[in-house]
Amino acid sequence: MKKRWICLFVENEIGVLARITGLFSGKSYNLDSLTVGITEDNTISRMTISLTSDDRTFEQIKKQLSRSVEVIKVVDYTDTPLHMKEILFVKVNHCSDADISELFRISKVFGITVIDYDGSTVLLECTQTENKNDDLIILLKRKFVNRIEVTRGGSVAVESVSISER
Amino acid sequence: MEITGAELFVKALKEESVTTLFAYPGGQAIDLFNALYGEKEIDVILPRHEQGLVHAADGYARSTGKVGVCLVTSGPGATNLVTGIATANYDSVPLVCFTGQVPTSLIGNDAFQEVDIVGITRSISKYAVTVRKREDLAETIRKAFYIAKTGKPGVVVVDLPKDVQKAYGSDSYQKKIAVRGYKPNTSVHMGQLNKALDILSHAKKPVFLIGGGVNIAHANKEMTQLAEMTGVPVITTIMGKGAIPTTNDLYVGNIGIHGSYAANSAISKCDVLFSIGTRFNDRITGKIEEFAADAKIIHIDIDTASISRNIIVDVPIVADAKKAICALLEKVKPLHISEWTDEINRLKMEYPIDMQKSGLTPQRVIQSINELFEDAVITTDVGQNQLWTTQFLDIDENKQMLTSGGLGTMGYGFPGAIGAKLGNPHKDVIAISGDGGMQMNIQEMATAIVYELPIIICILNNGYLGNVRQWQEMFYDRRYSSTCMRYRRSCETGCNTPNHCCPEYTPDFIALAESYGAKGIRVTQPEDIKTALISAKQNTKTPTVIEFIIDREINVMPIVPPGNSLKDMILESEESTE
Repeated sequence: MKKRWICLFVENEIGVLARITGLFSGKSYNLDSLTVGITEDNTISRMTISLTSDDRTFEQIKKQLSRSVEVIKVVDYTDTPLHMKEILFVKVNHCSDADISELFRISKVFGITVIDYDGSTVLLECTQTENKNDDLIILLKRKFVNRIEVTRGGSVAVESVSISER
Repeated sequence: MEITGAELFVKALKEESVTTLFAYPGGQAIDLFNALYGEKEIDVILPRHEQGLVHAADGYARSTGKVGVCLVTSGPGATNLVTGIATANYDSVPLVCFTGQVPTSLIGNDAFQEVDIVGITRSISKYAVTVRKREDLAETIRKAFYIAKTGKPGVVVVDLPKDVQKAYGSDSYQKKIAVRGYKPNTSVHMGQLNKALDILSHAKKPVFLIGGGVNIAHANKEMTQLAEMTGVPVITTIMGKGAIPTTNDLYVGNIGIHGSYAANSAISKCDVLFSIGTRFNDRITGKIEEFAADAKIIHIDIDTASISRNIIVDVPIVADAKKAICALLEKVKPLHISEWTDEINRLKMEYPIDMQKSGLTPQRVIQSINELFEDAVITTDVGQNQLWTTQFLDIDENKQMLTSGGLGTMGYGFPGAIGAKLGNPHKDVIAISGDGGMQMNIQEMATAIVYELPIIICILNNGYLGNVRQWQEMFYDRRYSSTCMRYRRSCETGCNTPNHCCPEYTPDFIALAESYGAKGIRVTQPEDIKTALISAKQNTKTPTVIEFIIDREINVMPIVPPGNSLKDMILESEESTE
């Protein structure tokens, strides 16, 4: 089992997202995250899909995706140098003064931004990789038990132009 | 010129050379039917139920190679198609199914007879789409026909909201089409093909394993040539049966859980398995680890997703069967494998599929069909009747067998035959069915009567849902749970032995046939089989129902028990060795 990344170019039409997710659920393929947005050509949407699977299933998934009429192109990003980002918001509730200074310290170390604050609730914004976001959530969960609210957007990815960054 | 969407729909059908339309009207399709009224170029067939309708369109498509076209209303009209859509799509049958839909302004409102048929059929069709704008109508219909019949054929659902049917717009229907996400493979990779040829040329014990892809590509003549040029024995799946004439010396038999012993042994022993147009379904492989364990496997298929899914192959080739076979024909050389072919022939002689029973057996019925019909389309239902037909029916270039192989849909055979007869009025069309499946779409008897279709319906009546009963007998301690068709509430519970006191069968198929205006013949003795079939053949006015009363507990043999390797077949059932 291995973590995989797929970039999918699809028709920007009603029902296409359902077709893709239906394929995953109907064939019992595991799906970790899926993001979708319109490209520079507004008739085409681009999806970034992450999943965990063995080699054989992954081959099947790629083939099944390519044979869908609505899918224009399937690109396997698994072993490609990528730039990858995931937006993450974390709300931390009922903060004491000590909590707040701790949060500011964390934000400095993790390179994240405090974007909103009302005296007791702090809203953090983090735009890093999925893995780094996972780390941050683990830390915050431990420090602020039952006081955090997580909203994450799923990864988007694009091939590197010159460097090998993951 | 501005025309309505409904008028454009009719124009599009004509442009697509549709001459037969299977259609059942309803509120949200009424404008389409209005546009079809009095239409001379299109024969509009009104079946009695939408499931019968879609199976008929399927039988029409399979037997003619043309696209089968359905038109039904929204809601229940559309949902009644679902089983037929899955049946056809599973067996790569080209269908375009038009469904009426509530006006776009009402979609999502839970309007009367509104269902999301595109959502429902998404996973069982090749493509499904709702036409939301009148200006998209022509291109969507063109795209539907193009997608249905190219590549690996399949079903396309086109949902037509009522306002789109009524709206005026351009009358243009352009044949040119390009779908950027859909590029059916049209070439053969010569490098891979050469690799395959190299492996084949060194084989000592090669076999061809042929699936439905060869029949779909209409490559039967070429496949026969390929077998004869190489001298390599041919084994088929149920769907591939007829890829070469079953009477050809090189034909071994069917593979699979009810395949022939020779075929299954050959697969287990071969050193090169050259397969074309099969997806190695679980019904043919048996225990997958032991399937063709010593063989190098070559796999030609039009669908990339069929390759290396169930069986890992050594040489994958994505191509249309006919194109690939034609390319092979230019290069193959005869193989010197007489030891191997002798061995297979010996197995064929020693272990023929033979019921070894006296009396009125399915084998005698089907062999009589072989003798009496030369130019025919034979459909089967699903279950024992289907398996016996695939075992005993002879097929050559003038005979074709249609069967629901992938989905295994009971109720397919009879309406499928209606479609086949409409597409092949000059051929004899025979539906072989069981007593269970026959009742699933028996209402289509009216369709066969009103369109004056002299179909021959052979019901093999054993009073059981025989295939399940056979499994219950063999693997579930004879616990005949819900499989007896002669059961009445007054029967003793837990009955697992048919006897002469069993209640009368319901319905009386002969009286039923006659009530529709069809001819009915009941056959109880083997000597009457041929007389009945001849009499049915001579009846050119109405359908003929022949009910063959067969032994109640006759089994389909041989069988590979579930989980076993193909090598481990049970050859004879206990009762038949008596």
